Amino acid sequence: MDLDLMASSFPKLLNATLVTLKLLSLSLIFGLVLGLLFAILRLNKNIFLNKFSYFYSYIFRGTPLLVQIFIIYFGLGQIEFLRSSFLWIILKEPYWCAIIAFSLNTGAYTSEILRSAFETINKGFLEAGDSLGISKKIIFYKIQIPIAIRQSLPAYGNEIILMLKGTSLASTVTLMDLTGVAKYIISTTFKPIEVFIVAGGIYLFMTFIIHNFIRYLEKKYSY
Amino acid sequence: MNVIKRFSLGLLITLFLSITANADKIRIGTEGAYPPWNSKDASGKLIGFEVELAWTLCRYIGQQCEIVEQDWDGMIPALIMRKFDAIMAGMSITDERKKAINFSQGYADEVASLAVMKGSNLEGMQTSEGINLTKKSGAVKKDLKTITEALAGKTVCVQTATIHQNFLESGDVGKINVRTYKTQDEVNLDLASGRCDVALAAAVAFTDYAEKSKKPVVLVGPTFSGGAFGNGVGVGIRKDDTELLKAFNSAINKARKNGDISRIATKWFGFDASM
Repeated sequence: MDLDLMASSFPKLLNATLVTLKLLSLSLIFGLVLGLLFAILRLNKNIFLNKFSYFYSYIFRGTPLLVQIFIIYFGLGQIEFLRSSFLWIILKEPYWCAIIAFSLNTGAYTSEILRSAFETINKGFLEAGDSLGISKKIIFYKIQIPIAIRQSLPAYGNEIILMLKGTSLASTVTLMDLTGVAKYIISTTFKPIEVFIVAGGIYLFMTFIIHNFIRYLEKKYSY
Repeated sequence: MNVIKRFSLGLLITLFLSITANADKIRIGTEGAYPPWNSKDASGKLIGFEVELAWTLCRYIGQQCEIVEQDWDGMIPALIMRKFDAIMAGMSITDERKKAINFSQGYADEVASLAVMKGSNLEGMQTSEGINLTKKSGAVKKDLKTITEALAGKTVCVQTATIHQNFLESGDVGKINVRTYKTQDEVNLDLASGRCDVALAAAVAFTDYAEKSKKPVVLVGPTFSGGAFGNGVGVGIRKDDTELLKAFNSAINKARKNGDISRIATKWFGFDASM
């Protein structure tokens, strides 16, 4: 065990953790918006919208995240007309390709989590609102959404943790996130165990924080 | 119970036998993604200059060999952790790597070069044909200055943990925007897509790609050797494996004397890259 190496790589890895956290938070924000949108579409009676939402989640949950990143990064880069279009400004950057892949992926899982939360809401709540003469819109915003969010907290906490680990794939498209920098240090020191233990410890610590934060929310909003 | 006992005993014996059988074999690690040094054919079989040379060297050593595939960025750690006993993966002999492992004498050498897509404004860079960084004469310094100016503000792509990355980060060409990839294939893809303004690798890696993909990849600037680019490509061996190092060194001597290395090199590179 090279303890000196572990100590000297720690600040570099901590710096790279910022990139990881940026990737994670942006993807989660975009993913939550996408997830909510597609969950609502999924509950829609319109068969076209319904099926569209179903296929979105089917495709992104049915393929590995790594494959999705490669298709978005290397795959789209091969298409001539995309390269000459304005979209290339975004797709040219590995950072945005990673964000797009992560958002679409977590969006698919989030939509399923929210859909099942919506579906399990006790019909009595809605009927109670109805009988008080509250409009459909208000019932949705004031009753359905808050309950659905509370219901989905445990599953969504899991999704955040999975996504945190998923961001390590950003290093496959040249980004210098926590895993990317760990690999870089290993490539010059040839000591993978020490460096990966430090990097793994940082991931573990972040998971610990996320886990406890979600548990705190669960307690706070329990009913 | 008896059946289980007998079965596990049998399993143990086979396991033991297979381990001892493996012990006689020299396992050689290669990447399989760096043509023409080493690559894979359509059926997934390892081919290339070093694969053919490895079999030849094993014949001279007089021992059975097995060629093992390993990702480039984990090559040296895998050797140290005994996943295999020798590296033949286009790995240049550098001082940095010598701190971790030993190298046999060099068996081949070739130059590095920058590459761009046709139409890039780097085309027609005015430098000499080739520069050797071991002796930094006035002419070499002048060329490095030209390259530094040409690369300023450009995204330069390179495979990770290579001599080419070392050179770009050595400060010889100033502080530049380096992007690293896991494989040379990915560098080529992003050079062609335009994400990379310019790439640095072995010159043959680009000419090989241009030929196979029919993409307009062109070499620019001088060819590089010496200094950060090391002293040829050798067999990487663990520090404590001195016997194996001797065996490889004498096998390389014999193969060189009989003309095997230059014959195989010419077959794969199109020119004699042996040394």
